[in-house]
Amino acid sequence: MIYLHNIGKYFLMLGQVFRRPQKKVIFRENFFKEIEELGLKSIGIVAFISFFVGGVVAIQTGLNVDNPWIPKYLIGFATKRSIILEFAPTFMSIILAGKVGSYITSSIGTMRVTEQIDALEVMGVNTLNHLVLPKVMATVLFYPFIIVLAMILGIFGGWFAGIVTDLYTLDNYIEGIRLDFKPYLIRYALTKTMVFAFLIATIPSYYGYYVKGGSIEVGKASTKAVVWTSIVIIVFNYFLTQMLLG
Amino acid sequence: MIEVSNIHKSFGDQHVLKGISTTFTKGETSLIIGSSGSGKTVFLKCLLGLFDPDQGDISYDGRHYSKMGNKEKRELRKEMGMVFQSGALFDSETIENNIMFPLKMFTDQSEEEILDRVNFVLNRVHLENVNKKFPAELSGGMQKRVAIARAIVMNPKYLFCDEPNSGLDPRTAIVIDNLIQEITDEYQIITIINTHDMNSVMEIGEKIIFLKDGLKAWEGSSRTIFKTDNEAVTDFVYSSDLFKKVREVYNKS
Repeated sequence: MIYLHNIGKYFLMLGQVFRRPQKKVIFRENFFKEIEELGLKSIGIVAFISFFVGGVVAIQTGLNVDNPWIPKYLIGFATKRSIILEFAPTFMSIILAGKVGSYITSSIGTMRVTEQIDALEVMGVNTLNHLVLPKVMATVLFYPFIIVLAMILGIFGGWFAGIVTDLYTLDNYIEGIRLDFKPYLIRYALTKTMVFAFLIATIPSYYGYYVKGGSIEVGKASTKAVVWTSIVIIVFNYFLTQMLLG
Repeated sequence: MIEVSNIHKSFGDQHVLKGISTTFTKGETSLIIGSSGSGKTVFLKCLLGLFDPDQGDISYDGRHYSKMGNKEKRELRKEMGMVFQSGALFDSETIENNIMFPLKMFTDQSEEEILDRVNFVLNRVHLENVNKKFPAELSGGMQKRVAIARAIVMNPKYLFCDEPNSGLDPRTAIVIDNLIQEITDEYQIITIINTHDMNSVMEIGEKIIFLKDGLKAWEGSSRTIFKTDNEAVTDFVYSSDLFKKVREVYNKS
């Protein structure tokens, strides 16, 4: 029953979030602040993880393709498909849910317990619209770029692993990358990314906005937000894959 | 004028406000006093519109809160200023940004006009050279003064203060009390202060409402509070030896 209550309250929250901003200049300022906070500051971790995971995927595939009848270019092909279809959009989103989700819940939650949200309410500000909408817009519009970067760096990581390990030649790897390239798969990955970005911004905002108590409760809310965002991303990933590729 | 008519508020099984009626008039500083758990904060939050009363009505210069839509409620709140117990300053923003926020949000004034206004209200609360500082860099008393500056920057009709003296030394507390009193007189606004500080009661209590168990147990002023026979009030006021002595001196004089 509590789950239904939370789902209902979450959708009511969205109703308040998606209103016209009270002042466009302030919305624009907040939007660019969030682009920096939620997007630009995530690029480092995304780049680091993508590069090394790309390398690991290529090495693992290379080590498992030891049958002489299987062409070596399949290593590049498998690495590309794994990164574009799942690693970049889904697993990067789960990593971002941890990094960005905990930041969103704790920042909004702290504002709640220190009465800063009450102060905004008293001024006549639509607090959900003011605090959450810039975050939603920033993640939904900026995360596709981050995920494209993750794709590029993941594939580059696989190429680099080939140089270091000599498991496959660069020509083979590049042939595999070029093989059977379908632009639709990029669109599929970016569609998923935008849905996940929406979840990454809204679920932690919900937990932060409605937190009650003090710093311990804010910490607990951050944990809950990360767990639930990850769960919802995984469930949505299943249904989106079925719908878009099935 | 704010007219409160028979307001009730419950949270689950807990009946916090049990039918409070009173009025607050222009240019007067009103104090709501009572022990912890008496319903002071809930009453103040109902006046602010942060809680909707379950029953009863509040009228702000003839505008009935219970008949307002969300948009009208937001418009009404633009006429209110609030000083929170904790200050509730935006801790990631400078003092200047904290104070200019309502102006940027709700007016079309130029950057220059906004800065002039910010400097004016900072001077009004006797603060200088703090524009670029962050709230954490200021003392508790200075943070309270910034909160007052932010509350009055939009020229509110109604000023609400929740325990404005809590955590301050007695001298700074008196400075804050006097500042609130001066602002009330100067701008002829309705000021409502939630407190349990008896020094404030003596200093600025033009009107005092005593709450007990969610009911208005007594109403009067700083002049009449020491003369009342109301047992609940005397228990509260003379709970400290200092005020017992004050009463003795007062009665003798």
